[in-house]
Amino acid sequence: MTRTLHLWRRLLGLHLPVLIIVLFALGPFIWMFISSITPETDLYGEVFRYFPANPSFQNYPRIFQKISFARNLRDSLIVAAATMLVGLAISLSASYSFSRFRFRGRNYLMIQFLVINMFPIVLLLIPLFVIMRVLKLIDTYFALIIAYSTFTIPFSTWMMTSFFNAIPKQLDEAALVDGCTRFSAMTRVIVPIAMPGIAATGIYIFITAWNEFLYAAILTGNKVLTIPVALQNLIGEYNIAWGLLTAGGVISVIPVIVLFFFIQKQLISGMTAGAVKT
Amino acid sequence: MKRKTDLFPYTLLTPALSVTILIIFFPIVQTAVMSLFNYVIWKPKDTRFIGLGNYLQALQDEVFWISLKNTVFWIVGVIVLQLLLGFVTALLLNREFRWRGLARSLILIPWVTPSVITALMWRWMYDGNNGVINDLLVRIGLLKSYFPWLANSSTALPAIMVALMWQGFPFFAIMILAGLQAIPRTLYEAAEVDGATRLQMFGRITLPMLMPILLTSILLRIIWVANSMDVIFVMTGGGPGYATHTLPVFAFIRAYKGLDFGYASTIAIFLTLLLIAIVAGYVIRVLRTQEALR
Repeated sequence: MTRTLHLWRRLLGLHLPVLIIVLFALGPFIWMFISSITPETDLYGEVFRYFPANPSFQNYPRIFQKISFARNLRDSLIVAAATMLVGLAISLSASYSFSRFRFRGRNYLMIQFLVINMFPIVLLLIPLFVIMRVLKLIDTYFALIIAYSTFTIPFSTWMMTSFFNAIPKQLDEAALVDGCTRFSAMTRVIVPIAMPGIAATGIYIFITAWNEFLYAAILTGNKVLTIPVALQNLIGEYNIAWGLLTAGGVISVIPVIVLFFFIQKQLISGMTAGAVKT
Repeated sequence: MKRKTDLFPYTLLTPALSVTILIIFFPIVQTAVMSLFNYVIWKPKDTRFIGLGNYLQALQDEVFWISLKNTVFWIVGVIVLQLLLGFVTALLLNREFRWRGLARSLILIPWVTPSVITALMWRWMYDGNNGVINDLLVRIGLLKSYFPWLANSSTALPAIMVALMWQGFPFFAIMILAGLQAIPRTLYEAAEVDGATRLQMFGRITLPMLMPILLTSILLRIIWVANSMDVIFVMTGGGPGYATHTLPVFAFIRAYKGLDFGYASTIAIFLTLLLIAIVAGYVIRVLRTQEALR
C-alpha cells in the first residue's frame, strides 16, 4: 500500500514533470522534423494533421536543387573550421601564459578578455563592416573568420586557461629539469596533456561559428553564403516554403547536436567551475 | 627571481593581444568616432562631424524610446521566464532517478540550437494559419480560433520571449544544478533532526546557499539577453510596427537596412552605456570567485 503510494508520488512528482520539460525542449525539433517530411498539400491543408498521411523525404533532395544548399554547407564548413583553427592558434599560448605565470598586469589583461566578450555585437558589427569594405574583404571567407575571432579569442582564452589550470605545475618543472626549453615544455609536454580540453574548446568554437547569423548577414551574402543566412533568405514576404525550410533546419542542426554530445561534460565543467566556487 | 624582467609570458600573450587590439579595440573606438558623425554609407558626400547631434536626435526619437522600453521589458521578461523554468528543472534533476543523465543531456539541446533555427521553428509553430500552437490551444479550448501571434503588436514580443525562454532555460538549469550539488548534505540532515519542514529547508538552506550562483548567472544572462537580437530579427524583423524593436534590433536595422552608420553607432553606444553597470557587477563577482585570477 505505502509502496504503491510512493510509486505514484514519484511518478507524478518527478518522472512526469521531467518528461514534460524534456518534451518541451525537444518539441520544436520533433515538429520541425515532422513538417519536413510532410507533403506541401498536407502542410497547408484544411485538416490539421499531427502526422502526414503519406510521409515523404522529397524536401531533402529538393532543398539541394532549389537553392545551392551544397555550396552553403561547404561555406559553413570552411568558415567554421578556419575560425576554429585560427581561434585555437591565437588563444593557446595566451591561455598557457595566464595559467602558468604571475606577471604584472595579468589580472587586468584577463578581465579585459572577459569584458570584451560582453560588448553588444552591434558595437563591433558596424565598424567591422566599414573596415572590411575599405579592405575589400566583404563577401569573403576572411571577413567572417576575422569577425568570428572577435568572440572566439576571448572566450577560448578563458576556457583553455581553466583547462591548463587543472594540470599540475610540477609537470612543467619536471620538463625543464629534463632539458626542455620553456617553450618546448609548453608545446611538447603541457599541450598534449591538455588536448581533451583544447579539442572541446575547438569544437565549441566550431559550433558557434556554424550557428552565427548576424555577422554573416551583414558581411557576406553573394559569393559566400553560410547556412543560417541561406535559410533566412528562404523567407519571402508572403510565401514561406516551410517544407524546404524545415528540411534545411534539420540538416544544419544535426552536426551541432552530434558535436555537442562529445563535449558536453567539459563544457559544463568549464561553464560552472568559476561560478560555483565562492 | 627575475620577475620584473621576464618577458616570456608577455611574448606568449602577444598574438592574442595584438589581434584583440586590431579587431576589437580599434573598431570600438571607431564606433565611438562614427557616432559623432553624420555618416550614411551611400551618401559619402554628406559625411560631416556633428558632435553630439546623433545623441540629441536619439533622445528626441520616438523609436529610440520605444526600443528602450521594449529592451527593459524584454530583459526582465526573458530572465524571469528562463530563471523560473531553469530553477524547476534543476530541482527535478537534482533528485535521483534512472534516466537523469539522459534527461539532462536532452534538456541541454535547445541551448546549442542555432538562433536562426530557433527563430524559424518558433515562427512556424506560431503561424497564424497552419501553426501547431494555434491548433493545440484551440483543441484544448483555450482559444476560440487561430490567432496571428507574431503579427499582433501586443503579443509579438511576449511570443518571442517564450521562444527565448526555450533557448535559454537550460543554462540556468545547469548552473543552478551545479549550485545545488555543491550544498553539503549534512545541512539538510541537521535541519531534519531539528524538525524542519521541506519548505523551511528550501527557504533557509537551499535559497541562501544558491544566492551567489544565482546572482552570477543572472548578471551574465542579463548581458547575453540584452545583446541577443538574432531571434527577434528572424522572427519578426522588429515588427509589426516597432513592437519588437529592442535597442540592438534598432541599431542593426538602421545599419543593415538604412545604412545609417552614424546613428546606428550612437544607438550601439547607448546600449553599451546601459550595460556597463551590469558588466561591472559581473566582473566584481568573478574577481571574488575566480580562482584563476589569484
